Amino acid sequence: MEFSKLFAIIIGSIFINNFVIVRFLGLCPYIGVSKKLDSALGMGMAVIFVMTMASTITWLIYNFLLHPDTSIFGIDLTFLRTITFILSIAVLVQFVEMVIQKTAPALYKALGIYLPLITTNCAVLGVSILNINEQYNFLESIINGISAGIGFTLVLLLMAGIRQRLEFANVPKSLKGMPIAFIIAGCMALAFLGFSGLKI
Amino acid sequence: MKAFGELTKGIIKENPVFVMALGLCPLLATSTSVNNAIGMGAAATFVLLCSNIIISLIKNFIPDKIRIPCYILVIASFVTIVDMVMHAYVPQLHKNLGIFIPLIVVNCIILGRAEAFAGKHNVGKSILDAIGMGVGFTLAIILIATIREFLGTGKILEIPILPTSYKPMIVAILPPGAFFTIGLLMGLINMMKNKKQKSGA
Repeated sequence: MEFSKLFAIIIGSIFINNFVIVRFLGLCPYIGVSKKLDSALGMGMAVIFVMTMASTITWLIYNFLLHPDTSIFGIDLTFLRTITFILSIAVLVQFVEMVIQKTAPALYKALGIYLPLITTNCAVLGVSILNINEQYNFLESIINGISAGIGFTLVLLLMAGIRQRLEFANVPKSLKGMPIAFIIAGCMALAFLGFSGLKI
Repeated sequence: MKAFGELTKGIIKENPVFVMALGLCPLLATSTSVNNAIGMGAAATFVLLCSNIIISLIKNFIPDKIRIPCYILVIASFVTIVDMVMHAYVPQLHKNLGIFIPLIVVNCIILGRAEAFAGKHNVGKSILDAIGMGVGFTLAIILIATIREFLGTGKILEIPILPTSYKPMIVAILPPGAFFTIGLLMGLINMMKNKKQKSGA
């Protein structure tokens, strides 16, 4: 029972409600960092990592500090949700950046420039808020964070692959750059629409 | 005259959506109907205006190194206010916009204007800039929503425009429609720009 729900969350976040092209979260990096495959991979890895950490931390903060029934203060602080979440994500990203820089310089070189961008990636705050809205428990929140990140990476890589090929294509002058990227995204969204028939 | 320029630059010349490609997530997600679009535009404009005012007032007290967290804190406070007010007075709209109200915090237009404009200019200019950018964003989102609602349901603002024999193009209000609409609109704008350059040269 427990396992089937987790499975539903994984498939749901990666395919059916893909964060980028069905929920429209994290479009800026999706359009901005999808010109090359290797930078797309770096960004994707960074996002998976931060989303998982953010889901964990914000769930703990919400349930132990803000929610009236379970919090250690016993008062209703849920109106502080947005502020605490965005601040904890910003602190988290900064902290992760410092730790990686000290412990794994090679990884830092690969991810370094993408980490600061992630603070303002709405997919990270989005997954934290969705975990709370859907009333997921601790394990489900973490799983949702990981699979949302995987879904993001999947479409980012697909997009980067297509756009690398597109360099050699004869695109009409007015559609070059961003417009054609959006139209490709539209085609991908059409394909992903097929998953919405899945019933788990 | 210069002040007028600050006000109007956000509407066409530096339109945050079509020219700078900022704030795309709420733009595409909430443009399924014109009603939602107006709500989103108004909420974002309010937050942009208030945060620009506060940030331009306190910019001299903020240490340079931690300015981004401070900006985010100011923006998040106003987003919380908007969230609670909308929840109380327009619950249906609040429900439709869903998580995109708290997500105004990470809207790149607002943080972008705080960093690029309000942190460097005085209050008066910041107010004009915020209004211009807010109106630019609102107009863009209403434009996209009008196209999508018209094609997807045959109605605008829930008033039927086309006869009932029109078969709605449902795909326009589904996610792919949003991508196609903005892609084609940006292409159209590029085309007009190219033509202008040709005739100018």
